[in-house]
Amino acid sequence: MSINVNPAQASTAQPIFYVLDEHDHAEGGSTMLGFWIYLMSDCLIFAILFATYGVLGSNYAAGPAPKDLFDLPLVAVNTSMLLLSSITYGFAMLSMERSRIAATQVWLAITGLFGLAFVGIELSEFRHMIHEGATPQRSAFLSSFFTLVGTHGLHVSFGLVWLTTLMVQVWRFGLIEANKRRLMCLSMFWHFLDVVWIGVFTFVYLLGMLR
Amino acid sequence: MSAETHSGHVAHDDHGMAHGEITLSGYLTGFFLSVVLTAVPFYLVMSGVLGDKQVTALVVMAFAAVQIVVHMIYFLHMNTTSEGGWTMMALIFTVVMVVIAMTGSLWVMHHLNINMMPTHEMGRMQ
Repeated sequence: MSINVNPAQASTAQPIFYVLDEHDHAEGGSTMLGFWIYLMSDCLIFAILFATYGVLGSNYAAGPAPKDLFDLPLVAVNTSMLLLSSITYGFAMLSMERSRIAATQVWLAITGLFGLAFVGIELSEFRHMIHEGATPQRSAFLSSFFTLVGTHGLHVSFGLVWLTTLMVQVWRFGLIEANKRRLMCLSMFWHFLDVVWIGVFTFVYLLGMLR
Repeated sequence: MSAETHSGHVAHDDHGMAHGEITLSGYLTGFFLSVVLTAVPFYLVMSGVLGDKQVTALVVMAFAAVQIVVHMIYFLHMNTTSEGGWTMMALIFTVVMVVIAMTGSLWVMHHLNINMMPTHEMGRMQ
């Protein structure tokens, strides 16, 4: 904080004050940046899990290898579920921009269904693997596989909880400023999970099948 | 402080939620690019048309890198100006951290594996 007096005017006019403090921000003004930084920290979690998988991914301990376990057509279906949920969330955001509550809710619901399908397919894949004896305890490869893919699946599951919560919020309070901000945060979260999935299907599934 | 330094802070950035333009064509472009960039790697691996596994792996990784950029631009609306450039700064920092963590881990552990004494030699020493 400093007080400056313009020397040229000092003798004739009122002193001029300059406030060097940060001015007040509108409510939620820094939310998007803060949420982006959260996503970046989440990105580091996934980086560590990818690195772990990269180090341990070929230690099968004489157990099943990716070729024995992975079903690429199923992974392709799963990938398309997540990609479709990304575009439908985009449509929800476009409806939100135009303040169409009903359309927003419908697109959010469709997004939720695609997300649910993704989690369902992944869980059935896990169930099938565990049924064949490919449990996380079987080898270092499987431990790191379940940790990486499971963490992503957990993120999607929590995204679904968040999505449902926001649908109730929009239903009760409409597309108020706070709800728009929350929907934009979830939008970033949802698209971010799709970005992480690109890494998963490339490094875990596709490159795993090539080994 | 002299009279010339008055303009200390005039134009503050609007810290609003302006996170790039959200348009239908943007989302559709991103979606169709993503479909192509996903379908091609799956096709390459499932059919094995390239023959060489090393080449296929490199091509698949290149497709993934491009698709991540496509998602960043068309779905996450990344640009250099949103939030006064701070989202881009955070992204660059994170990418640097990710690259260090990934390459460092793989490098160190790979060399540990190479330099590990084979178990049969260990048996002979006893």
